[in-house]
Amino acid sequence: MLEKGLTGSNLYKGWMAFLLCLIGVGVLSYSQQYQYGLGYTGMSRDVSWGLYISQFTFLVGVAAGGLMLVLPYYVHDYKAFGRITILGEFMAIGAVVMCLLFIMADLGQPIRALNVMLHPTTHSMLFYDMIVLNGYLILNVLCGWVVLNAHQKGVKYPKWIKPFIYLSIPWAISIHTVTAFLYCGLPGRHFWLTAILAPRFLASAFAAGPALLMIIAMILKRTTKFDIGREAQDKLVTIIGYAALVNFFFVGCELFVGYYSNLPGHMHTLDYLFFGLEHDGHMYNNLVPFMRFSTVAGLVGIPLLFISRSQKSDGMLVAACSLVFVSLWIDKGLGLVLGGFVPNPLNYITEYYPSIGEIAITVGIWATGFFVMSLLYKIAITVTLESES
Amino acid sequence: MDSKRRKFLKIAGLGAIAGVTAPMAFNSLLKGEAFASGGHGHEAAEHGSAHKDAVPQGKQYGLVVDVKKFGNQPGLGRKCIHACHSLHNVPDFGNKKDEIKWIWIEKYENAFTEHSHYKRNEELHKMPIMTLCNHCANPPCVRACPTQATFKNKDGIVMMDYHRCIGCRFCMAACPYGARSFNWRSPRGANELGKPFIKRINPDYPTRMRGVVEKCTLCNERLAHGKLPACVEASNGAMVFGDLNDPGSAINKVLSENFTIQRKPSAGTNPSIFYIL
Ligand code: SF4
Ligand code: SF4
Ligand code: SF4
Repeated sequence: MLEKGLTGSNLYKGWMAFLLCLIGVGVLSYSQQYQYGLGYTGMSRDVSWGLYISQFTFLVGVAAGGLMLVLPYYVHDYKAFGRITILGEFMAIGAVVMCLLFIMADLGQPIRALNVMLHPTTHSMLFYDMIVLNGYLILNVLCGWVVLNAHQKGVKYPKWIKPFIYLSIPWAISIHTVTAFLYCGLPGRHFWLTAILAPRFLASAFAAGPALLMIIAMILKRTTKFDIGREAQDKLVTIIGYAALVNFFFVGCELFVGYYSNLPGHMHTLDYLFFGLEHDGHMYNNLVPFMRFSTVAGLVGIPLLFISRSQKSDGMLVAACSLVFVSLWIDKGLGLVLGGFVPNPLNYITEYYPSIGEIAITVGIWATGFFVMSLLYKIAITVTLESES
Repeated sequence: MDSKRRKFLKIAGLGAIAGVTAPMAFNSLLKGEAFASGGHGHEAAEHGSAHKDAVPQGKQYGLVVDVKKFGNQPGLGRKCIHACHSLHNVPDFGNKKDEIKWIWIEKYENAFTEHSHYKRNEELHKMPIMTLCNHCANPPCVRACPTQATFKNKDGIVMMDYHRCIGCRFCMAACPYGARSFNWRSPRGANELGKPFIKRINPDYPTRMRGVVEKCTLCNERLAHGKLPACVEASNGAMVFGDLNDPGSAINKVLSENFTIQRKPSAGTNPSIFYIL
């Protein structure tokens, strides 16, 4: 079946070649980072996690968001989602691949990564994160592949795969919950120390994942004969819209607790993210434009989503999904992780600016994920269209 | 009583019993859990919470820092830092981004962020606060580390295994005191002008490789030979070292006779470094 991914239209080939170029630049940059050490990036003693871990955190969400595409079809037998479940599973594979690569890129001693397995440490959340992420990857590869194989033969998927499909549903929740636990269990970081973090992660995941899938589906509709169908499309809008609303509600709760309680530890990071934080006569606000844009993009994107549905406008739908996706990406993929380090435990402020090489590696890893996704989608779509004709 | 009613009462009664006992069972389960959180040995302080101090059991080395004595002797703090950093091959990269430090001087308001700084006593705010790893009795860094590369020793010291550390920096995010440094680049190298990052390498102590975390080890290598920590030795009596859980130790005498504070006690870590202001 794999060979179906190797041929295709010029558009497909060009896209894959473009991704390969980005991957190449990423690999080159990584080899430099490997030679020099993580000082190659913009991270420092005060901001000790940067783009890599923040992308990782966001992408765990995208992977978990696949759940929203799988659950209606398999559990509620919602037939209209028949075509997107497989897309959801394959999107999850691409996202988890990116997650694992981002973790590897972030390690100071990547060759020792297996130490996590050799010295299993049950009180470390990172240990559990590794288990659930790898487990989720395996589950999705297995389910996606078996279902697609059955599809090719024109039969229903075998019975024995059902338990694995069901297992993948709570598993999707676990990956993002454990990822939130990485942050919200740390006693010294007020911004992360909130019980709402895991629910908030899940809400943003259930919006960001399906939003990305919708954008992809619309591109596929344009470039191939593959159409997920109006009904699925409309249902997805509901899912994305409500999940994004819940996420914004949670953000609002955080703002209320921070500012109404007037606790400095709770307010400082929020100040830094949305208004800028002054310290020793210097204003620190490099994330403010991003966070404000994120807020506006969300406020515009969500109503636009529902309008696009009533207008039946695919163009507007793509715009709305892009706005929501970017909004959530900034919220979680930048603000959440980077903001948590400001101020540092001694109340100093260090701002983080990623280095060029670091950005190149980040882009390279995103490209790798999209490469894997494109390949899998190509196969899935070819199989689907062939079996139908 | 008809049988239906009897059955109902039976079930209701069972439910009530379960309701009463389950929380208790759950409670003891949680207590058992707490033991797992400390890593290597030293259960003593695991029960330490906001309500209780560390239970004196097993060893817990710690320090008392007399801030006034440091204030009265300009240059003393620097001398202690030099004693530590030169002995332990701590590199100096000459910039803040790559900075590595085991012990350093902090301003009062930065070391004690939870204290009020309104209407401050100017003298206090000029005092040099010697800042280092607190060798917490309940260390979040140890809890977070996925490889046990940082672990709690039997003597209460929070140690580092540089050969096991994968450089994930989870411990840095977990430490509420900013006590940990990461080797962002190789400390064994030199800058563009050829100036080595470690001025003079002490052959008796290992240098680190890039990509691992390091911090104060309370001079465990010196303690093994019956010596005091280097900073304590250099401090001219301004720092006192000892076992906090030994009622007869010199450090406990100092603690019982002076008003001392710890950094961020609300973090529930039970720091083993005390300050006399
Ligand atoms: S001060 Fe920080 S590094 Fe030291 S033991 Fe406590 S948490 Fe760990
Ligand atoms: S950086 Fe090293 S010591 Fe710190 S948590 Fe990771 S493996 Fe443990
Ligand atoms: S106890 Fe030893 S390692 Fe720690 S700061 Fe003092 S001299 Fe350095």
